Amino acid sequence: MSKKGIETLVGLFVLLGFAGLVFLSLKAANLASFGTRDSYTVSARFDNIGGLKERSPVRSAGVTVGRVTSISLDSKMFQGLVTMELDKGVEFPVDSSAKILTSGLLGDQYIGIEPGYEEKVLASGDVIRQTQSAVVLENLIGQFLFSKAAEGGDADPQPAGGKK
Amino acid sequence: MNAIALLGARTLEVLRSFGHAAFFFADLVRAMPAAMRRFGLVVAQIHAIGNLSLVIILASGLAVGFVLALQMYYALVTYGATESLGLIVNLSLVRELGPVVAALLFAGRAGTSLTAEIGLMKAGEQIAAMEMMAVDTKSRVLAPRFIGGLVSMPLLAILFSAVGILGAYVVAVLLLGVDAGNFWSIMQSRVDVWRDVGNGVLKSFVFGIICTAVALYQGYETQATPEGVAYATTRTVVISSLSVLGMDFVLTALMFSTG
Repeated sequence: MSKKGIETLVGLFVLLGFAGLVFLSLKAANLASFGTRDSYTVSARFDNIGGLKERSPVRSAGVTVGRVTSISLDSKMFQGLVTMELDKGVEFPVDSSAKILTSGLLGDQYIGIEPGYEEKVLASGDVIRQTQSAVVLENLIGQFLFSKAAEGGDADPQPAGGKK
Repeated sequence: MNAIALLGARTLEVLRSFGHAAFFFADLVRAMPAAMRRFGLVVAQIHAIGNLSLVIILASGLAVGFVLALQMYYALVTYGATESLGLIVNLSLVRELGPVVAALLFAGRAGTSLTAEIGLMKAGEQIAAMEMMAVDTKSRVLAPRFIGGLVSMPLLAILFSAVGILGAYVVAVLLLGVDAGNFWSIMQSRVDVWRDVGNGVLKSFVFGIICTAVALYQGYETQATPEGVAYATTRTVVISSLSVLGMDFVLTALMFSTG
């Protein structure tokens, strides 16, 4: 095989490899949704962030409008401080609320923003004041058992629950 | 007493051979810049190692993609979770199967051809003749093949994964009726480029170093007889495969530990 022929084939092989890499990155992974739009930063404090992770989506009405960029503990107020980036074209009133929700029953957690009623909109660096923490299963079970015990105590003289 | 002495001798022999192999690898790396200057040799080796392995890699990738899609479908349909089929096939291929299976095939096809070629050069005294003429065999013969293996292995692993995903698409969407939109969109939202694809490419790069270095070492150190060359060829496949699988475990534990 001539030298030129070999070089062409090798060049084609390398090109094919890079095309495969581009395919894997764009079509089969999340490269395309990375930082392609301008964004502004907003933060919020939660009592419990649950299973929220960095790069979890931020959604409003189900539509993804941003990503969580960092999560840290605010050591003065002992709350989780979540910083997120929102797309520049989307604006929320300053009294919007942020909740940590779960997509589906066992899915990933994300931040849902519900718009408020004020005229003024959130700007870069603002803090979302109204927040609702993630649902923690143990607290839910505790509440349920406690309310069951309270019901049992009011209705019958029988000992409460059957809880172990 | 004899048995203990024998055990000691064997252990020392194994350690000596590890040291010898380490020195060989160091010489190989040191000869790389000189080889890069003769780029034509490197290109010819990339052709021999990479291009000629394309057929088996692409065919195997397609087959593995087909089978993965089928098997995962049967497992997921009991939980009604068939929409995650694309995601599962993608993660299996890109994180594990792509690098590892491509490395095993590479060791079998390209590794054996490298070992046989170098072994026959040694058996036919070509290496000795070159050294007589003060030609540095490491940079003329061995290092171009090493660079060829380093360049080819990641490309082959990527192509394996890509073709596997396309094969899974064909089976899942066209044959089994999984929704095409969900197939791609769930995959796109959950597969991370740097963590999954990037780590997979890094793994395949490490496997390329292992397979090529082992193949070259076995060829270079073979006994200069036909039986010796045959024995060296089988040793290449066995040692490469075991090292790849062992390294895979170590790398996976390092790269994909949660938190």
